[in-house]
Amino acid sequence: MSEFLQQVVNGISLGSVYALIALGYTMIYGILRFINFAHGDVFMIGAFVGYYTAPVISRALGGSVVLTGIVVLIIAMTVCSLLGVTIEKAAYRPLRSRPKLTVLITAIGVSLFLEFGGQLIFGPDPKLFPSLIPSGAVVNSQNLIINVNSIVVIVTALLLMLLLRVIVYNTKIGTAMRAVSYDHRAASLMGINIDTVISFTFVLGSSLAAAAALLYGSVYPSINPLMGIFPGLKAFIAAVLGGIGNLVGAALGGLIIGLTETFVTGYLSPTYRDAISFAILILILLFKPTGLLGHHEAEKV
Amino acid sequence: MRYMRFCHALAVLSVALGILFGCGRRVSENEILIGEFSSLTGTTATFGQSTHRGLQMAVDDINNAGGVLGKKIHLLTEDTQSKPEEAATAVTKLISRDKVVAVIGEVSSSRSLAGAPICQANAIPMVSNASTNPEVTRKGDYIFRVCYIDPFQGEILAKFAYQSLNMKRVAILKDIRNDYSIGLAQFFVETYTSLGGEIAAEQAYSEGDIDFKAQLTALKAANPEAVIVPGYYTEGALIVKQARELGMTMPIIGGDGWDSAKLLEVGGSAMNNTYFSTHYSADDPNPVVQNFAKRYREVYQETPDALAALGYDAGKILFDAISRAGTTQGSGIRDALAATRDFDGVTGKITIDKDRNARKPVVIIAVTEGRFTYKETIQP
Amino acid sequence: MKRHQSKLYLLAGLAAAAIISAFESSMSPYYYQVAIYIGINIVLALSLNIINGFAGQFSLGHAGFMALGAYTSAVITTSLGIEGSDITGILVFALALVCGGCIASLFGLLVGVPSLRLKGDYLAITTLGFGEIIRVIIQNLDFLGAARGFTGIPKLSNFLWVFGAAGILAYTVANLINSTYGKGFIAVRDDEVAAASIGINTTRYKVIAFVTGAFFAGIAGGLYAHFITYINPSQFGFLKSFEIVVMVVVGGMGSFTGVILSAILLTILPEALRGIAQYRMVMYALLLVIIMLSRPQGLFARGLRVKRYLKQTPAAT
Repeated sequence: MSEFLQQVVNGISLGSVYALIALGYTMIYGILRFINFAHGDVFMIGAFVGYYTAPVISRALGGSVVLTGIVVLIIAMTVCSLLGVTIEKAAYRPLRSRPKLTVLITAIGVSLFLEFGGQLIFGPDPKLFPSLIPSGAVVNSQNLIINVNSIVVIVTALLLMLLLRVIVYNTKIGTAMRAVSYDHRAASLMGINIDTVISFTFVLGSSLAAAAALLYGSVYPSINPLMGIFPGLKAFIAAVLGGIGNLVGAALGGLIIGLTETFVTGYLSPTYRDAISFAILILILLFKPTGLLGHHEAEKV
Repeated sequence: MRYMRFCHALAVLSVALGILFGCGRRVSENEILIGEFSSLTGTTATFGQSTHRGLQMAVDDINNAGGVLGKKIHLLTEDTQSKPEEAATAVTKLISRDKVVAVIGEVSSSRSLAGAPICQANAIPMVSNASTNPEVTRKGDYIFRVCYIDPFQGEILAKFAYQSLNMKRVAILKDIRNDYSIGLAQFFVETYTSLGGEIAAEQAYSEGDIDFKAQLTALKAANPEAVIVPGYYTEGALIVKQARELGMTMPIIGGDGWDSAKLLEVGGSAMNNTYFSTHYSADDPNPVVQNFAKRYREVYQETPDALAALGYDAGKILFDAISRAGTTQGSGIRDALAATRDFDGVTGKITIDKDRNARKPVVIIAVTEGRFTYKETIQP
Repeated sequence: MKRHQSKLYLLAGLAAAAIISAFESSMSPYYYQVAIYIGINIVLALSLNIINGFAGQFSLGHAGFMALGAYTSAVITTSLGIEGSDITGILVFALALVCGGCIASLFGLLVGVPSLRLKGDYLAITTLGFGEIIRVIIQNLDFLGAARGFTGIPKLSNFLWVFGAAGILAYTVANLINSTYGKGFIAVRDDEVAAASIGINTTRYKVIAFVTGAFFAGIAGGLYAHFITYINPSQFGFLKSFEIVVMVVVGGMGSFTGVILSAILLTILPEALRGIAQYRMVMYALLLVIIMLSRPQGLFARGLRVKRYLKQTPAAT
């Protein structure tokens, strides 16, 4: 039983990170109707920003762990937002009127560029991510250990998701985002600046990815330039699982993927870890392609 | 229009072909070309980089002493990127395009296994500096190694765990992507169970994984007195770290795949109360070792690890063999290598046995207070 | 691509194979290796072109089909203990390759079926998923060597086989394009709803595209396995799929000669740039992005058909 609880905690912790990344995917898909393959790599850049800035900030702030964490978070979010917006402007905007395929391939190209460019700049070997969260255990019994790590990850993810919800539902720009996701031509007719909205969406998505990266790095402190590939794919699957374009769905999907992955690895076989997410994807696309919370979109001719 | 496009394509192809065929290497008359294939980049980059540094030092040493057979040694290095398929391509290029007379490499048994058949087929001697899986030298009579093999290492680890540490019940966490890990785990289990020890549980991971909590939680539930992790340092350090986070305070034991400074860097204080077997220790008072370590520190500003020491020894033994053979012919070098007896290496006195493996002592390192400390040497 | 031209390609392929085979023994093993890889990549690129280029189904799991062909054929030749190139050896190798292709096309069917209702991005991710699932399953099967890989495959591939296969594939594709199937593929690609509304069985054509593409990818896999004699699952991951996609995209999706040229170029280039190998993938990526931004019809494509398709504005929503 305690092993089960332990796995549950592990699963929710992992799921929270996936949820944060999934939110980025789902927002961008909701607005632009395409999968930003490079999102997982923005996540990776966030981790490296954390890696390089944490020691510097920590020294500057005299070693305060919590303050360092917050400052590094802000820096990472800023850098990733800039990166996201730049990618959008340089690679996706010119292709907005082209067929989806072209943009998809471009996204793959950007993704590969970030990955292998990262290998070139940071070096391909794994690096140790600095500790941004105080270590130690909150619950420390013989059978169940809950680390401060896991708690912080879950709490931070929740806070960020709440913040996102406030932005999307209670602010002007959020309303604009939702309008664009329903019908972008009507929205632009209403006077909404599509470009601004899209850029803002990328800012939000990339910031969340940066936060996810810092949390992920704190739990799994080995980072390398290819680290964004699988979390990115799994987060995308989570977004699809929950219903792409649906925020709550993305969060839910992330949690489900995180838990399933942990349970399969722990109880069945660790070597099927990656395949599980894909199997879930295929199943959901076969039986309920709109996702758990999504709604059907008819294709107009 | 079509004509233009055709010309366009032709131009591009010509340039590419030009670069490909144009860049070759002219063999200088008073040089002996030695090839090295190492993982300079990729997941096990420290293995390749250390090996390369040790080997380069050996090359510089021998050249400063006058070279071999009156000629200077020139080392050509190819990066395997920690991938076996790249190893095969690298070796092919070294042999057929660069025309090296011998090849040194690799650390990883999987990559050595990829390169060995190519060397054997071309009658080019290959000296592996650190591959411990017995299969490597079985690929042919041109394939040698200057380290011990896993049946021996597994046996020593088993005895160490059972007798020295008094652990009667252990769990194993091995890397199923890695021939070395699987082989070592198997040899460990054979000896350990024959001594009367009990294997409480066995779990597996894949090279490249970063989350082992699921496997560790399962192992913890089986109550082992120690955990054996016969994999590489990249995962080893993370495994130990996560094990400690799960409250697993028992000793954790690894093999020579753990030997890297990164182990301490990544593992940190979690690494205390761990042990691993390797080929040499920088703390060994033997003057040969101290001399080597001192010079290495001067040139590279860091303490040499076992891979650097083995890289050095592999180079030295190869040059010695070429010198004894009196020729750079593959068959001559091969015979001279096979006849190596009591070579005074940094990693011990090296004798190449009839299976083309080296009979050498195993050194056990303990990690205490965040550093590697020499524990004991076990003779074959 | 006129019909008679297709025969030309077949003859060209076989002639190239025969001529160069004559020089085989005097050729440096390194250049020989590069040439073999060129041939295999041509087969891979052309086979993906059927799915991506002609039928417009964006498949990112092509390496999975290659893996299936590689492992199947390897199992057959190693379990039958084939050594050399005597007549039995040749027959068994051919059989092994075809079996590999068949298993791959079986999975092509499996992948093709769910793809029926998926478009664009979803299809891409699903095929990626299939490719990964295939890889992970192979990685867990001990009798296939699992993650450690499958060694000891007899080195049966040579110039004749590789370029013969390339020639046959070129011939098949050329004929396919000019047939009803080809027109059906292109109709499905250009506007699926319109095609369906005029009575074209889009399902059928999509599935045929997948099955054919997968078959030849399987053959390529078999040829590859029997050349490098050692295969492991990580060689057939999505990075490999991407490499093949890059070949098709750079050459021009749906362009026959373009794809062949780009396969040749993109095989030689990494080898020629071995000195700066770590820049290779970065350059690939940049190449992809730049081509998509400036010349999405590919470097070597000709034909208004492809250009128009890729530059068109999608129908208004």
